Parts: sequence; structure tokens; C-alpha cells
Amino acid sequence: MSDQKKDDAVVAAVEPVRPLLQVVAVREGMFGAQDAGDTSGFGRGVVATSMPGASARPYGGWFDEVVDVLAEILDESGTSFAAAVEQIVVDRGELTLYIVREHLVEVASALRDDPDLRFELSLGVSGVHYPAQTDRELHAVIHLVSITHGRTLRLEVAVPDADPHLPSLTSVYPTNDWHERETYDFFGIIFDGHPGLSRIEMPDDWVGHPQRKDYPLSGIPVEFKGATVPPAEERRMYL
Amino acid sequence: MSTSTPRATGGLRDEDAQGVRMFDAHGGDWSEIAAEAARLGEERIVVNMGPQHPSTHGVLRVMLEIDGETVTEARAGIGYLHTGIEKSMEYRNWTQGVTFCTRMDYVAPLFQEAVYCLGVEKLLGITDDIPQRATEIRVLMQELQRISSHLVFLGTGGNEMGATTVMMVGFQAREDVLETLELITGLRMNHAYIRPGGVVQDLPEGTTGFIRGKLKSIRHYLRQFEDLVLANSIFHMRMKGTGYLSLSACMALGVTGPMLRSAGLPYDLRKADPYCGYETYDFDIPTQTEADNWARMIVRLEEVYQSLRIIEQVCERLDASVGQPVMVADKKIAWPAQLAVSADGQGNSPDYVRQIMSTSMESLIHHFKLVTEGFQVPAGQVWQTLEHAKGTIGVHLVSDGGTKPYRAHFRDPSFNNLQATSIMCEGDQVADVVVSIASIDPVLGGVDR
Repeated sequence: MSDQKKDDAVVAAVEPVRPLLQVVAVREGMFGAQDAGDTSGFGRGVVATSMPGASARPYGGWFDEVVDVLAEILDESGTSFAAAVEQIVVDRGELTLYIVREHLVEVASALRDDPDLRFELSLGVSGVHYPAQTDRELHAVIHLVSITHGRTLRLEVAVPDADPHLPSLTSVYPTNDWHERETYDFFGIIFDGHPGLSRIEMPDDWVGHPQRKDYPLSGIPVEFKGATVPPAEERRMYL
Repeated sequence: MSTSTPRATGGLRDEDAQGVRMFDAHGGDWSEIAAEAARLGEERIVVNMGPQHPSTHGVLRVMLEIDGETVTEARAGIGYLHTGIEKSMEYRNWTQGVTFCTRMDYVAPLFQEAVYCLGVEKLLGITDDIPQRATEIRVLMQELQRISSHLVFLGTGGNEMGATTVMMVGFQAREDVLETLELITGLRMNHAYIRPGGVVQDLPEGTTGFIRGKLKSIRHYLRQFEDLVLANSIFHMRMKGTGYLSLSACMALGVTGPMLRSAGLPYDLRKADPYCGYETYDFDIPTQTEADNWARMIVRLEEVYQSLRIIEQVCERLDASVGQPVMVADKKIAWPAQLAVSADGQGNSPDYVRQIMSTSMESLIHHFKLVTEGFQVPAGQVWQTLEHAKGTIGVHLVSDGGTKPYRAHFRDPSFNNLQATSIMCEGDQVADVVVSIASIDPVLGGVDR
């Protein structure tokens, strides 16, 4: 057995099989190429990024308890936990549940109403655009707080750019009203069932969704004492 | 009334407005318009307040539907101060991000700096490596900022009820805080003082003594404020029982901070989810139960006293930690520049410039790399919250492993709390709208970002 094969065998024995990480972003820049060779800066370094992948049990702390209770509630209601929760990620001491969009409202209601979960406070919605993640380009990230138990967790829902629909959580957390309008305004995610989904920060007749990665920053050159500095998006990019 | 369904937050649809007679009142003769409206028997009056109205704290627009003097519907319109700060941050390195987020809520900039830096440190995994003295300075800055933010509320809140003297007292006290911040950071706002890894420079000599003197002065002004306001029957009549927002409404609308505490729930992240070592300080969480404008003012006033308590404690600790580092030891993250004041103002310290320019090429390269490129942050996302003067501020940071944020989202407390405008104002008098909005204490720079 060659050394390489032996290493593979060891890794396979120790670590459970994990799904391949999806590339979420590709960075390009002049400098910072990771492999050997070109250091001139003209090689155009390219680095693909993956987010931390699914975690295996035990998740640690109260994470296991919350996941167990949620699984019990969902399984009892007829929606299986496996159908509603795509994957569970524990990273930097934070719990993230990736939810299938059809079951988002049900999961949020369970998290809010069950006395053992009781995530009674929503801190709003944040959007993220990952153009490199095919059919999962737009992510809505919802942070929930349990004042009762002193816990925070994150729900993340991914939708394709071609069909950017997501059920609105305003029926469970009325506070998400403006946050969902903001996410719609900046990313074009459409929250079905929202009482009045309209732009909130940009003018009503604005075209496009400015926080998407393919939307240019549209800076202007800065002129100072005869010299001109190009706008931020045209400056040298570092990896 | 021409409509009867509840419609606090619904968007206006074209069919709603079809066939409705409208009276435009800009530049016209009011008596003619009033006579025309009386002749037709139309009672529905929509008043647009702002976005240039002086008592909407910047550029908030409120659309009021009134029946006589009673507000039957209030809608808040925002977005007039949107500057794309979050988008711009994606094109600057992680350290430069501080100079952007400090400009969001410009009345309390240090909270944005603190929450952003705590978030970046969590992403880097260096939360435990931040020097003790840097954390103490951060606590000092946040509490000073909490006082100055609350003083703006107390001062302008009085001004909006016609009490200019109250405003002067509040702003004089705030001046003491701003002079302290100026001494420490060089600036009165937009400090960019708290940086990933620590703070940009140590306190100047004699700062704690200076602060102790200022605390006396602030207490003096607070007493003046109390003498003017607390037994003043105008304030009682204007603020008691108006702008009511119950605890359940606060929870449903995600309202946090002094507004939530005025409804009786002592929820303060400094106690509930401590950061920057707040669990080691001795202070209380003031609460009220009336949940009206008066209760919110009392909560903020008492919070100022609690902040003064914390500052006294942190000054003692700062006296004990003189000379300790204020920036993380990792040279790959710590900003290399050292500042000094010379004849032509503040700039890079001459000793430091001499070192990198004439003695050590490696430190020159290091300086150049770190300042132009910045540092790389491992891929992932974090959520960091802290207790802003106005409520829970949260930052959602996503890194793709590069030298710039992939996404930086701020959950500003004013943005969220302004949603309560409708429920607080509907049913009150028009004159109470100004007081109720003031008691939300919104800063539109933070709302619109």
C-alpha cells in the first residue's frame, strides 16, 4: 500500500463520509496566488471558496437538545425532520439550520411556540448572494433569540435565482416585516404572503437589486490635487 | 372614514386610490381647500410629515391619516438617507470596514465599531487573544457613548415639546462626553477607534483623571435636567399615557433596548449575553412598567447613572493596567502604524517611520502588505450582537476567505424599532406623534445605512 493510499484509508476510517462542499464563491485578484509559480501579479489568482460543511453529532452544548426537540415536533406533525432540515452546521460556536423553504414557517412556529425551544424574538433577515452556487444563489439568513433560555440560532434558506420565492415569516414574527422588505429590496428575494412587499430603502421605481454580487458598486473616480484615484471596484483586488 | 380595514403596514395599491377625491394643499389656499372638503363631506385627511420635518430626527417621513386631531393611521417611510454602506464595505478590507460602519448611527458610532470588531474577531477566532486593556477601553468608550446618545434623546426630546432650555442642558452635558471622546480618539464622531484586534491607540496620559472631572460635570447637568423635567406638569401631561407599547407588542415587533425595558422586561445583553467582560462590572438594569413615553425617558435617565457607575469602575481598572498592550499580539492582524502628535498635527510617529524606512526592510514590507492588502479571514459566517444605546444591534458577517467582507449586514435597532411607529401613534393626538417618535430615539443614519 502506498503512503497516499494508507492516508486515505486512515481518513476514511476516522471521519464519516461527508457530502462534498459546494463552492459558494470564486475570488479573483492580481496578487496572492496560492500555488507556486507566478508571483508577478499578472497571473490573475483564482481561489474557490467553500463554507464550513455539515457537522456530525454531537454538536455540543445545548445544540443537540434543540435539534432533538425540533426533530420530535416535526416528526410528530407529519413533516419529517429530514425533509425540513437540509443540514446542520456548527461553526465558531454558532448553530445554523439549513431549512427547505416549503417548511420554513412550520419550523419557525415550532421554534417559537414549544416551551423547550421558545425562540420568541426574531432579529430580522439578512440576505447573501452566492452567484457561484448553482440553483442556490440567494440565501436568506434569519437569526432567532430565545430570551427564556438564553440561546441564539440561525436559520438559513437557499433559493434559486430563477425562482426566488420564500414564504414570509411575518405571520410568526411580525418584526420581520421591514427586514423582509429590505431583503427583497437588496436581493430580489420574494417573500410570499408578506402584507406589503415593497422597496424600503431604494426608491420605488429603482431597477435592480443593489446588494447582489453582479450589481456594480458604481463608484466615481476621486480627484485630489491633480491625481485621480479610480473607484473602489476598479482598484487592485487582493485575494 | 372612507376605509375601515386595518392597514398599518400594507403597501398602497393603485385600486385603493381609484375614485378617491384628493385635495392637494401645497402652496394653495387652505381656507378654499377646507371649504371644498366641507362641502363634499370628505373627512379623510392624510398629512405628510417629513422627510424634512425638524422633529423627525433626520429624514424620517411619516404619513398620518387624521380624524380631527386623532391619528387613525400612521405609516413610516424611510430610505431617504440610504448610502449603501453595506455594499461599500464589500469593496474595502476588513480594517477599513470600521470607517464605514461608524457612520451608520452617527449619534452612537462606537457601538457599530465595537460590534463589527467583535464580529471580525469571532470570524478570526481571536476573541480570547484581545488584550485586557483593549477590552477595558472598549467598555469605557461604549458607556461614554451610551451617555451621549441618551443625552441627545433627553435634550432633543425636551426641545420637541418646546423646552429649549432642556435641550441646552442635555447638549452641554453631551459636550463633556464629546470632549472626552475627542481627547481619546481625536474626533467627536466617526472615530474609527475600535479596530479588529483591539483599539487603534492607547489612552493619552491623564485620561482617567480627565474623565473623573467630566463625570462630576455630567452629574451636575443631570441634576439640572431632573429639576427642570421630573416635576414639570407639561412633561407629565405630554408624556404619560402616550405612545403606549405593551410588552407583547415589543416582543412581536422585535423591539429591544430602553423601549423593551420600559415595558418591564429587564432584557439587556450586557447581562443576558455578556461581551467585553461586562459580567465583571457591577451595575443594574433599570426598568419601568408603564410602557409609555414617560417610562422610556425615565429608563434612559437611569441608564445614564448606571453607565456612570460602570465608567467609575472601568477607570480604576484602566489605572491598574497602564502600559499594557491595546492591540492583539499577532503581527499579521495588528495594524502596524503608530500615531504621534507633532507640530503639524497627528500623524504617523516619526520613530516608527524611521524604523521602517531606514533600518528594517522586513518591517517596511510587512507594513506595506498589511496596509494595502489587509489580512485574510477564514471562510464562514458569524452573528454578533451587543447592547446598543437604542437596543440590540447585530452584525452578520460573511467571509469568503479573502481580505474583504463578502457580506456585512447590520441589524440596526432604530431600523427595527421604527416599525412600532404605527402601533404607538394610532389613536393618539397628532401632537403626540412627535413625542412618540422621539421616544423611539431613531437615528436615520442607522436606519437607512
